[in-house]
Amino acid sequence: MTSYRLQTGGLIDRQTPVSFTFDGKRMLGFEGDSLASALLANGRQLIGRSFKYHRPRGILTAGSAEPNALMTIGRGGRTEANTRATMQELYQGLEAKSQSRWPSLEFDIGALNTLLSPFLGAGFYYKTFMWPAPLWEKLYEPFIRKAAGLGKATYEADPDTYEKCWAHCDLLIIGSGPTGIAAALTSGRSGARVILVDEHSASGGSLLSETASIGDVSASVFVQQAMDELHSLSNVQILTRTTAFGWYDGNVFGAVERVQKQVALPNVALPVERLWRIVAKKALLASGAEERPLVFGGNDIPGVMMATAMRTYLNRYGVAPGKDVAIFTTNNSGYALANDLEARGIVPVAIIDSRPDGNSAYAGKARVINGAFVSDAHGGKALSSVSIFKSGIAETIKVDALAMSGGFSPVIHLACHRGGKPIWSDEQSAFLAPNGLKGMELAGAVATTVGIAACLEDGANRAAALIEGLGFKTSPASFGTVERDIVSPAAKPVWNIPGIKGKAFVDYQNDVHREDLGIAVQEGYGHVELAKRYTTNGMATDQGKLSNVNAIGLLAQARGVSPAEVGTTTFRPFYTPVSFGALTGAYHGEHFQPVRKSPLHGWAKKNGAIFVETGLWYRSSWFTRDGETTWRESVDREVRNVRVNAGLCDVSMLGKIEICGKDAAEFLNRVYSNAFLKLPVGKARYGLMLREDGMIYDDGTTSRLSEQRFFMTTTTAYAAGVMNHLEFCAQALWPDLDVHIASSTDQWAQMAVAGPKARLILQTVVDEDISNEAFPFLGAKEVSLFGGQLHGRLLRISFSGELAFELAVPASYGESVADALMEAGRNHGIQPYGVEALSVLRIEKGHVTHNEINGTVVPADLGFGKMVSSTKGDFIGKAMVAREGLTSSERPQLVGVIPLDPNTSFRSGSHILEKNAAARLENDQGYVTSSAFSPHLRSTIGLALVKRGSERHDEEVMIWNGIRNEFTPGRLCNPVFVDPENEKLHV
Amino acid sequence: MASLVPCPHCGARPKEEFTIKGAALARPTPDAGTEAWMDYVYLRDNPRGLYEEYWHHTSGCRRWLVVTRDTATHDIEHSRDVALSQLTDIRP
Repeated sequence: MTSYRLQTGGLIDRQTPVSFTFDGKRMLGFEGDSLASALLANGRQLIGRSFKYHRPRGILTAGSAEPNALMTIGRGGRTEANTRATMQELYQGLEAKSQSRWPSLEFDIGALNTLLSPFLGAGFYYKTFMWPAPLWEKLYEPFIRKAAGLGKATYEADPDTYEKCWAHCDLLIIGSGPTGIAAALTSGRSGARVILVDEHSASGGSLLSETASIGDVSASVFVQQAMDELHSLSNVQILTRTTAFGWYDGNVFGAVERVQKQVALPNVALPVERLWRIVAKKALLASGAEERPLVFGGNDIPGVMMATAMRTYLNRYGVAPGKDVAIFTTNNSGYALANDLEARGIVPVAIIDSRPDGNSAYAGKARVINGAFVSDAHGGKALSSVSIFKSGIAETIKVDALAMSGGFSPVIHLACHRGGKPIWSDEQSAFLAPNGLKGMELAGAVATTVGIAACLEDGANRAAALIEGLGFKTSPASFGTVERDIVSPAAKPVWNIPGIKGKAFVDYQNDVHREDLGIAVQEGYGHVELAKRYTTNGMATDQGKLSNVNAIGLLAQARGVSPAEVGTTTFRPFYTPVSFGALTGAYHGEHFQPVRKSPLHGWAKKNGAIFVETGLWYRSSWFTRDGETTWRESVDREVRNVRVNAGLCDVSMLGKIEICGKDAAEFLNRVYSNAFLKLPVGKARYGLMLREDGMIYDDGTTSRLSEQRFFMTTTTAYAAGVMNHLEFCAQALWPDLDVHIASSTDQWAQMAVAGPKARLILQTVVDEDISNEAFPFLGAKEVSLFGGQLHGRLLRISFSGELAFELAVPASYGESVADALMEAGRNHGIQPYGVEALSVLRIEKGHVTHNEINGTVVPADLGFGKMVSSTKGDFIGKAMVAREGLTSSERPQLVGVIPLDPNTSFRSGSHILEKNAAARLENDQGYVTSSAFSPHLRSTIGLALVKRGSERHDEEVMIWNGIRNEFTPGRLCNPVFVDPENEKLHV
Repeated sequence: MASLVPCPHCGARPKEEFTIKGAALARPTPDAGTEAWMDYVYLRDNPRGLYEEYWHHTSGCRRWLVVTRDTATHDIEHSRDVALSQLTDIRP
């Protein structure tokens, strides 16, 4: 046991112990602990194994850059892998498990990989592919799969809820350290709408780890007072546990709030995570700076930790890292830690400072070794000693903890998300944010400001300038004197440390060590983007937050150039991993997409409908009756009944569009390929809409209800698309036309009444005379119903080929009217029918749907050549439909197809071959677009698109299903199987 | 993820409310000839910089807009109602 809890100190509540388990072992922490601080307080430094070599690993940081302390938290559907212990708040009953170890953390077989490390170096995956293929499949890949991998996801459903929301503000402040707090006070006091986000559980950032005082109070009390004031301002919204993860177009920021990740059992009334999209007029990035590790041998042994992290554990959580602590630093950060350790009675055994002159201001008791390096740390599962290298002379000292500081990298990620490239600064030994950012400014440590006092001032000044730019009056907030401020200016970076003997890790999470980068350069992969892929440096959940700059420094030295020349890989969202749950929000399960139910849904349901999802709609497929055991029985009955008696079908989901205006007829004339200008009032007409490339876009009927009012129906699938298209035509192409368009799909319940007895039944509810003389085929008019109680629209159109009507009534009356029609038709044998029967009826009649109108057919292909007007001056598609290739006689044309033997069958999608042709692609004549069993013909029938099909009726062919290897001898025929003379339509 | 499109009628709205049709090209006359029509239907420039596109405010006012967008930065320079050109243009 090395790390331990101090008797006093820290921002934890020692009155509230919190019980948790790690790998099944029960431990105690306190309210206010992170999982990491609680583990350290329990003397737990070995917390996981590394990804590739399965080396023992410890906690390295106290924040979101943590590469090592990834754990699986929770159980069942709440299992969450790769949780950073440094970011996870401790809660009562928390269950944490270590990862990447087998069979146990203490004894791990995968650690043998270290012995294989000569083979597992940079480019390993690429090189192994070169080996004999069978070995790869049988040996290497299973081996790698078993060994590699972070935590495992659960297969159980996530029981929790997530939500998404928008927020708008004048100023978004990212980070609530000294800079962010000063900025929030300044802007908040002006009355501007301010949002302050911070990824940690408490506001305050680095101030929570500080021993400095501001004014007359400690840093943590200062934070408390400032936050109290900010909470009192109604124009300031404070979001803690909220990571701003991306900067997007339009100054929109993505952020994820972990609303209930700090509790064992979430309140079901609240989401566990909330995805924010924050629209900010201006943003101030106050994300601070990340301390860089130093690349020496054994720098991954548990007990080695970042200096600022060690300070956080000491000051915020009251946890001492060990008894014999050494500090290896290139800058003054290490001395702040030395002072704090000494104040808690732990005088560091040594401060190893890479600078020849060290820090002359240091007045503590620790032994300082200037111009020296830690070349190697030693130990297995815990640190035991370090080797110090100075001017070629080595010294080994016993330690149980080692802090390191290789300088600071400003956390500029968000500033680079919109394409700007970071700029290397020799002076700051760091990559800085791109110039000329629009809508965002940087303040504080991310802008290389050092020290609390300077950050407070910078935050206040920049916020004041931004807010004044938006028209608010304000003055920068001012603060009392800062005592014991730590000012740690940039120091010369140390990329290559002399005297290293062990493995010196650059990227902890991916097990990339110093030599890997050297190999990448030697083998020609020295470009920063190539080196990343070749070595995997900077990949995985931490995306190289600690490793990238060190890798770039090492690549620069190996190539003999400046880090500026190496450059960085591209910064992309997300800054830290975002759960699928948060991105999904409420859109899962039954809420994945909206459900559209017809106004006749209730009617269909009580009549025994089996529903099918078509797009967002639930449509009635068929209506099962007692004694029917297969869907075919029901469908065959419904089809026969329509041909013999009458059927009622819900067609409410067809698109319905009202088109009005002085130029409505002219408008329709231009959007349909056939003529509409002279359509008489009271008549419906079937119309074809083309695309500009000449292919058919959609079909439907449009009725002229009065001189300037039309009622269009579209197919269900294209209802929305046709509406958008018509609006485009009216607004973009012909804005001079007086035409108004409104969708009324949801306003009408529409039902088809089809069959020889349709008129008899309808006449009982329609007040007007609907005899063939008074209301012939293609009649369309507004009618009075039930003795004037209701008005609707009646169209005499037919999809089935029978005498048929479509009646539209206001949606809320739909179910009553359908009930009334069923009642009126009871003695005439009326039955409901669904889309399956509808489809059989239309195939029997040779009517096309989008099975045939598949985006590759022109009107002539379907026998609609005469529907392309040659007299109209213009319509959509006119110019292109006349192209040579679209008028070729070789084109596929609509044809019917039946099996020679009615006891055999075929499927849609089957291909048509000449009778004796071999089943090969080059003999393909076309394919079956629709097929069904026709009760009328007692045989399978189909529609097909076949080369020169219209000339080939009665030709014997082979129907070939290449997937199922089925061959069905068949014959091409007229695509109209029922009543080709259309006599039934006109009775 | 998210970005905002200035609609001359509705103000700045999330791009998810819009449908993009593509380049805002003038429709040729029916007799403009094959080449003009092939250009209009199939060929598109792919410029770096400002580009005029048709956007439909599908889940909003349902007006078609001409949006001038910078293809490199995604900044929207300008948007106008395609038909109601007499309306004051809205600039972000």
